[in-house]
Amino acid sequence: MDNNIIKVIVTDRDGVDHVLEAPTDMAMNMMEVCKSYELPVEGICGGMALCASCHMYVLSDHDLPELSEDEENMLDQAFFVKANSRLGCQIKITEDIDGLKVQLAPVGGE
Amino acid sequence: MVETDILIIGAGPVGLFTVFEAGLLKMRCHLVDSLGQAGGQLNEIYPKKPIYDIPGYPSILAGNLTENLLKQIEPFKPGFTLGERAEKLEKTEDNKFKLTTSKGTTICAPVVAIAGGLGCFEPRKPPIANIDQYEDCGIDYIIKDPEIYRGKKVVVAGGGDSALDWSIILADIADEVALVHRRTSFRGALDSVEKVMHLANQGKIKLITNAQVTGLAGEEHLTSVIIEEDGKENYHYHTDHFIPLFGLAPKLGPIGEWGLEIEDNAIVVNTFDYSTNIPGIYAIGDINTYPGKLKLILCGFHEGTLMVQSAFKHIYPDQKLSFKYTTVAGVNGFE
Repeated sequence: MDNNIIKVIVTDRDGVDHVLEAPTDMAMNMMEVCKSYELPVEGICGGMALCASCHMYVLSDHDLPELSEDEENMLDQAFFVKANSRLGCQIKITEDIDGLKVQLAPVGGE
Repeated sequence: MVETDILIIGAGPVGLFTVFEAGLLKMRCHLVDSLGQAGGQLNEIYPKKPIYDIPGYPSILAGNLTENLLKQIEPFKPGFTLGERAEKLEKTEDNKFKLTTSKGTTICAPVVAIAGGLGCFEPRKPPIANIDQYEDCGIDYIIKDPEIYRGKKVVVAGGGDSALDWSIILADIADEVALVHRRTSFRGALDSVEKVMHLANQGKIKLITNAQVTGLAGEEHLTSVIIEEDGKENYHYHTDHFIPLFGLAPKLGPIGEWGLEIEDNAIVVNTFDYSTNIPGIYAIGDINTYPGKLKLILCGFHEGTLMVQSAFKHIYPDQKLSFKYTTVAGVNGFE
């Protein structure tokens, strides 16, 4: 890892993998990183865990912080929720998630 | 019919502040919002959250910002039509616009300012393939009259307050109530959760947890839902009604059908005056898009301020507009 940059891999809804570089020193989260690469992540509420429009599945076995009550509550209003569902806005970009692999959850029902 | 100078669609922070700037130029405003209260997202989504980037306020709660805005615009006596969705917009013979709301209210104005934010909040529909087919014949996203469920079998889905509260109410009315939720814990108010658990123990509500409804069946009217439950094969569950309660999500709605140029769910505007492709219609705040757009309240305030200058010239093409500072001229409200 150079200069506080990590790599994350995002599989889009067409099954295409995107390797994204993300800075660990800019207080970013996965929703914002995806948006900055213009991947189709809405992030309507701007990262307050209030809309579930950045729903993604975590595919790698990184040890992520537990889901907060707010995040669980929002996932209740999402669809296609699985055991590995997370809101991208609640996954902070830190050294610990270097190599993280996620897949964008399907949209629909909105 | 209501008549005004500027019809503002959306009573969020940007719509509200525009009343002030329009008032300084002696133009009256009327606001329409699908929500039952002013404040838009601020009050609907995060009333108790602090905002830190309103100039002059190191920190202000979203709900308090709405309160302050309402106080600030009071001298200009805006009209409000709340709880009604802006449905149809037509051009009138005298070159004005006539808006009809979902409840049939009509408002007429020479200028329309769309400050619709994310759009209007509508119930989230579960992404079940044939769900549209059963709307009005077994599926309801909103409960208007609980009496229609008397003596019927009902399946409610969701884990929040509305799913819990309606399950409790329907337990007394319906013949059978099942509540389907994707996990075992519920996020609603503690006493609602306890009540549901109590009714479940008494056999008045059937709790189906770690489960979701993934399919629907029935000839014309719904007769069963297909439930996917952890550790079980998918199964049919007989019911007369399915009520999915997954909260509200914003949608552009009817605004998208008014002939405006739309790009990625936002209205394309000219940054000179935030005008749209239809003369007399402007779009301000989160609902518009232009190169460099930032969805910030403070940017929306700026957009509304510039927009009313152009609106004045649209309404009074022959009058000269003189710009005055409030510190010099004060705020002279309407009688």
